Amino acid sequence: MSAAPAYSEDKGGSAGPGEPEYGHDPASGGIFSSDYKRHDDLKEMLDTNKDSLKLEAMKRIVAMIARGKNASDLFPAVVKNVACKNIEVKKLVYVYLVRYAEEQQDLALLSISTFQRGLKDPNQLIRASALRVLSSIRVPIIVPIMMLAIKEAASDMSPYVRKTAAHAIPKLYSLDSDQKDQLIEVIEKLLADKTTLVAGSVVMAFEEVCPERIDLIHKNYRKLCNLLIDVEEWGQVVIISMLTRYARTQFLSPTQNESLLEENAEKAFYGSEEDEAKGAGSEDAAASALPARKPYVMDPDHRLLLRNTKPLLQSRSAAVVMAVAQLYFHLAPKAEVGVIAKALVRLLRSHSEVQYVVLQNVATMSIKRRGMFEPYLKSFYIRSTDPTQIKILKLEVLTNLANETNIPTVLREFQTYIRSMDKDFVAATIQAIGRCATNIGRVRDTCLNGLVQLLSNRDELVVAESVVVIKKLLQMQPAQHGEIIKHLAKLTDNIQVPMARASILWLIGEYCEHVPRIAPDVLRKMAKSFTAEEDIVKLQIINLAAKLYLTNSKQTKLLTQYVLSLAKYDQNYDIRDRARFTRQLIVPSEQGGALSRHAKKLFLAPKPAPVLESSFKDRDHFQLGSLSHLLNAKATGYQELPDWPEEAPDPSVRNVEVPEWTKCSNREKRKEKEKPFYSDSEGESGPTESADSEPESESESDSKSSSESGSGDSSSESENEDQDEDEEKVRGSESEQSEEDVEKRKTKKKKVPEGKGEASSSDEGSDSSSSSSESEMTSESEEEQLEPASWRRKTPPSSKSAPAAKEISLLDLEDFTPPSVQPVSPPAIVSTSLAADLEGLTLTDSTLVPSLLSPVSGVGRQELLHRVAGEGLAVDYTFSRQPFSGDPHMVSVHIHFSNSSDTPIKGLHLGTSKLPAGISIQEFPEIAPRPDSSTSPFSHLLGS
Amino acid sequence: MKMIHSLFLINCSGDIFLEKHWKSVVSQSVCDYFFEAQEKAADVENVPPVISTPHHYLISIYRDKLFFVSVIQTEVPPLFVIEFLHRVADTFQDYFGECSEAAIKDNVVIVYELLEEMLDNGFPLATESNILKELIKPPTILRSVVNSITGSSNVGDTLPTGQLSNIPWRRAGVKYTNNEAYFDVIEEIDAIIDKSGSTVFAEIQGVIDACIKLSGMPDLSLSFMNPRLLDDVSFHPCIRFKRWESERVLSFIPPDGNFRLISYRVSSQNLVAIPVYVKHSISFKENSSCGRFDITIGPKQNMGKTIEGITVTVHMPKVVLNMNLTPTQGSYTFDPVTKVLTWDVGKITPQKLPSLKGLVNLQSGAPKPEENPSLNIQFKIQQLAISGLKVNRLDMYGEKYKPFKGVKYVTKAGKFQVRT
Repeated sequence: MSAAPAYSEDKGGSAGPGEPEYGHDPASGGIFSSDYKRHDDLKEMLDTNKDSLKLEAMKRIVAMIARGKNASDLFPAVVKNVACKNIEVKKLVYVYLVRYAEEQQDLALLSISTFQRGLKDPNQLIRASALRVLSSIRVPIIVPIMMLAIKEAASDMSPYVRKTAAHAIPKLYSLDSDQKDQLIEVIEKLLADKTTLVAGSVVMAFEEVCPERIDLIHKNYRKLCNLLIDVEEWGQVVIISMLTRYARTQFLSPTQNESLLEENAEKAFYGSEEDEAKGAGSEDAAASALPARKPYVMDPDHRLLLRNTKPLLQSRSAAVVMAVAQLYFHLAPKAEVGVIAKALVRLLRSHSEVQYVVLQNVATMSIKRRGMFEPYLKSFYIRSTDPTQIKILKLEVLTNLANETNIPTVLREFQTYIRSMDKDFVAATIQAIGRCATNIGRVRDTCLNGLVQLLSNRDELVVAESVVVIKKLLQMQPAQHGEIIKHLAKLTDNIQVPMARASILWLIGEYCEHVPRIAPDVLRKMAKSFTAEEDIVKLQIINLAAKLYLTNSKQTKLLTQYVLSLAKYDQNYDIRDRARFTRQLIVPSEQGGALSRHAKKLFLAPKPAPVLESSFKDRDHFQLGSLSHLLNAKATGYQELPDWPEEAPDPSVRNVEVPEWTKCSNREKRKEKEKPFYSDSEGESGPTESADSEPESESESDSKSSSESGSGDSSSESENEDQDEDEEKVRGSESEQSEEDVEKRKTKKKKVPEGKGEASSSDEGSDSSSSSSESEMTSESEEEQLEPASWRRKTPPSSKSAPAAKEISLLDLEDFTPPSVQPVSPPAIVSTSLAADLEGLTLTDSTLVPSLLSPVSGVGRQELLHRVAGEGLAVDYTFSRQPFSGDPHMVSVHIHFSNSSDTPIKGLHLGTSKLPAGISIQEFPEIAPRPDSSTSPFSHLLGS
Repeated sequence: MKMIHSLFLINCSGDIFLEKHWKSVVSQSVCDYFFEAQEKAADVENVPPVISTPHHYLISIYRDKLFFVSVIQTEVPPLFVIEFLHRVADTFQDYFGECSEAAIKDNVVIVYELLEEMLDNGFPLATESNILKELIKPPTILRSVVNSITGSSNVGDTLPTGQLSNIPWRRAGVKYTNNEAYFDVIEEIDAIIDKSGSTVFAEIQGVIDACIKLSGMPDLSLSFMNPRLLDDVSFHPCIRFKRWESERVLSFIPPDGNFRLISYRVSSQNLVAIPVYVKHSISFKENSSCGRFDITIGPKQNMGKTIEGITVTVHMPKVVLNMNLTPTQGSYTFDPVTKVLTWDVGKITPQKLPSLKGLVNLQSGAPKPEENPSLNIQFKIQQLAISGLKVNRLDMYGEKYKPFKGVKYVTKAGKFQVRT
């Protein structure tokens, strides 16, 4: 650092005199001396005051850099212009600086002060750009400055600057990894950021610097899930990939339940499954490992991730689609993985590079989950115009997809491919036919016959490939195929491809008892041509000779000895070795008697048939979509996809203390979460799969409700017990407002939210409002912190009709239709939306003087029961935003009944009420029927 | 995820004509591995997109006769890089009208400025065309003349605002005197027709390309008469997914200019109308140096519209030396080097079906070709979306003026292949 100011004083100010000194800088001298003259005029241009000349010079310099020419000797002349007013000159200077700063560290320091000034600029874009360039200069000496700048930018007002800070983190880390701890702090801070702009970049930094610190994600997990859809495409890919790993460490395998079920299912069902052998084995193991495990219930957070990524399958970006596809493949229950097939097939219309990558992944997936691609079989049909590498991958997929039912179609298709002009492709097709034949017993003979026909093909490569495949197939059932072996034996006269010749010889030797007459003759011919053969063929000739000697020594003894003698003097020592070894083994001699007795066993032992299987088998231990998967080798920096944990880690780590709103409603999650607590008080809400499955949350709620309010029937499941009371109160009273906000967000309806007026009123006494929220949502647009009300509690204030309304989610009020059809029009059919609104507020009676209540204006009226639904009876309600005069701890609620039907309404009274803790209703007597349809305000009190 | 380390642009003759590094410089010699792979592959299409070298990974794309070779050091989803490289090529196309070596060399400074903005430390930063155009103005003849006189630059001096907003794809302050919104519904038929003329596989792939020149911040809703037709849709990020899910309406604040609104696939359960048929008879005689070639094209299910722009391309077997053909309509060429026969047919008139007949000269002595070549057919039908998709209406909210609206339909052959 001390060098920097010195430079700027000495040379920074005066440009010209500095130059000669750098002339003999090793970087600029020597080889480029011929350019030196030209560079001279560039320097002059840079020194002028005219921006246009400077620009011209910079353009020429950038063009040099682009072509890969060295322009480093211009460094001092260029760096002076870093503070140039002309924005394009400045940008080009930045380009230059970032390119050469590493080589000219001392001089680069001259520019630092300019950027430091930029960091303080009132314009956010200038701050960002200064940070960007500053962090791109790879000069270790400025690490402290960078660190400072990053820290500052991380708490900048502007999300764009914070994004830039996130980008700068990996840059600093690669420059000096000792800064890791400090950088992690910054990452932690930025992870908490609620804007979509920052999310992608900070996760990228996280992956780069501290991918192992999965604990940093917990608190941000739900937020990231909810923001995901609004993050830009590149960020989405990074976040999805990170969340896949996260989910693998935090949730239980969704398939473990299935494995238990399947365990009991009959094996026949499995018989058709391709993955039977492996799958069943692992399931057995899994099942025995957890004999007494409770039935699996997906963690709501796991569900949240799956649900929020699904829409991204329709992204225009292939990378995003692939990222979601791999997430589903690795995380979703078997039954749900299917949704990704359609999207992946869509990508096959894209550029050939995209096809190449997608097909590789589909190939891996189609082995594990064949069913999901079966409907798209035809999309993998091959066109003659596809590049060979694509053809071969499609072939792989087609082979994986072939099964008992579709095999005729597939084989017909293969038949077309065999006649292709592209011989590599034809060879691959023959291999594919071989695999189909091994996998599907029914068509084995058909395939074999087809392959035998190919033996008369004019193209030698085709014949050779067929021979190799036939050899493999014959090994499975040699007895029936003497004819084919004879046919092959005849081919030795014509076929020249060494691999094919070797295969034929091996076959004849192995099954010489099926062709007892031909075998010796083949050996005779081979002995004749022995010296001219390729090495692999020679080895097989020795092999054939040995086997024949053992089975038919009368005819072949001399031939064998001849062959062995030839081999003994072969140029290749492998062949000489083999010959010597074979001779010792088969020809009985004085010393070697012990071995030769076993020679037959050694040579003619039954050999297991080879397994023809896909090269994509088991590739899925690499995370799909990754570079490592594509290369089938671990790439540098690859993060292993962890196995599912045996026991789920504590899910409460993801609970967020300060709940916030997002646009996304995670309705189901809320349901699942909440139901356990409501299940006691609401018998009518149907039992759900999660009802009895969340012991940890139940206990949590227990402790809470008892601590908060003594009332027994309340089950306030607030997870934020640690919050201070004030907050709770505010939240409770605002809850009804915030819930409206949600509604507004979704419907874009403009409703007047209930003001804060009643907040104060309910504040005074009711700490009742134990509204809790597990929603961790954020809303960027709304500045104020809106607190969610998870209290979606039904407070059937005056009716028994509430049961008809099942679970309504807070966040989906507009979906909710009040329990509409009631045969009679009873005194009160009250939709539960009131209940939803009654967060912390409850009805009370007023036998009290109506005049105590403020007059009701129509503005704040909320509909409780619609006229149509109530068969003429409409019920509205209003919060008067005034304390109830009878009891200062209560607020009044006006309920307006209006009867537009002909029949009078009788017997309006308060039914049995089940109220949450801390809420009470002042009872009121039955209201006398009114002939007119005027509204009848009366109020209820709520208290603590 | 250290993404792209460096980028090299390489032309077909193997010259590296542009390099850009986002981190430390990687020597050009890394491209030798690429050249090696290129040599091994028979043709450009078969160069593997991902190559592993001792210290780096090379991920490349081939676009418009150029290779974009990126250098990667660590694990990264390959599609991420491939997608990005194509986005770079798209941007060049957008800026210079073509993505060619000449265009890139002529505009090397703009290219460099673009690359600088698109990636930061190897991670994508600004890839939306609307943002980039605010940062760096595309070159026009007028501007280059003006610039040379006044010395002003092609770098925007107003800082981009789109990047900061919640709708990063649209720039702020758009103003037009004529407000227009055009939509092109383009459908392509992908098909494989077998020897006997029956359809092995057919599918309709469609896109809606939009050209939106509307002032301010218009909020558009596009609805269809028959949205259920769309089986699988992928969206531009501007589209509100929830609206589509619930109402099947495309609701969006569009980017300014040209962009692809959606791509879709029409469910393959539906029968796909095949607008043309081909009668063909191609035969090669055993032990003789000639063969016969005869194809005729006719209209099939063309919905009463004219089929135009028909081109037939055939990759003949290697043993074919030359072809002597007579077309009844249009003209044909045969390239004896690549063995590609191209017949430019034009329109079909049902009264007189176009045909192409003649003799094929084979290399003497060579065995006759095993298989007949397949025919690749191109055609175009104006004013028709073969799937029957129809735009119902376009509504605009948020702005007061009345825009001019237009929808155009066209059906084309996609990967349309007839096996013979």
